[in-house]
Amino acid sequence: MIVAALFFYLFAGICVASAFMVIAAKNPVHSVLYLILAFVNAAGLFVMLGAEFLAMILIVVYVGAVAVLFLFVVMMLDVDFAELKQGVLQYLPIGILIGGIFVGELLFVALTWVIGPGIRQAITSPIAAKASNIEVIGLVLYTRYVYFFEAAGMILLIAMIGAIVLTLQHRVRVRRQNIPAQNARTPATAMEVLKVRTGQGLGSNT
Amino acid sequence: MTIGLGHYLSVAAILFTFGVFGIFLNRKNVIIILMSIELILLAVNINLAAFSSYLGDIVGQIYALLVLTVAAAEAAIGLAILVVYFRNRGSIAVEDINLMKG
Repeated sequence: MIVAALFFYLFAGICVASAFMVIAAKNPVHSVLYLILAFVNAAGLFVMLGAEFLAMILIVVYVGAVAVLFLFVVMMLDVDFAELKQGVLQYLPIGILIGGIFVGELLFVALTWVIGPGIRQAITSPIAAKASNIEVIGLVLYTRYVYFFEAAGMILLIAMIGAIVLTLQHRVRVRRQNIPAQNARTPATAMEVLKVRTGQGLGSNT
Repeated sequence: MTIGLGHYLSVAAILFTFGVFGIFLNRKNVIIILMSIELILLAVNINLAAFSSYLGDIVGQIYALLVLTVAAAEAAIGLAILVVYFRNRGSIAVEDINLMKG
């Protein structure tokens, strides 16, 4: 039990600290790397909660795709980040004020509420004790929530098409390969035999 | 020393606040704002998974999966818009995005 508590505080501490560094780091590349660290530690928290499938998906989707996408964009755009960093101190006092009030209220709610008496009877998809996490998710996701699943797939498809359409550009000066024109070439159209007179070069034929 | 639901909710609350705080603090840098949104969605996911685990109901984890899907789509679209905007304007400062002000 003490080991579980120890690991919880390890994961939660690193997660919160790296989340702070995401918004505080000067270099956006460091921000992205701290974001990856925060997500990996959140995956550890998910494992401790018994949501192993969600933890692995978090690592695959976020660390493998989204964070790398962020890193790619940050490194591709040639932006003067020092200029963007100006004005941070201007918003610091009001930000700390609002953030402090906000986290105080949230912690007040999080630490004092209780589960209502009728809630446990209203559970529709209980987690079976013997089944593994992914088995339980699959049994519910593909039956009761199959429309949500398909809607999620549709959202991903639309996002993919949208991202491609937005960033695709037809550049004018780039010369592309024209395969039919290449295949249509014959020696008759491609070569020409010229008789060059001595000392006058190719100019004598034209 | 036992870890209850309140511990996880507290972590999620702090993460959520850092996300909101990041949007306040870095309001010129779109990339940091997008990362702050990812932090907020992560906090929501931790809440959903914690409730799912402590109530013994799997639906929370399914919602967390859907939130994850939407977050990934949002990040992809947001970064694509950012790339197109940078290509057109040569800057990603949020204050310059006022073309439609009228």
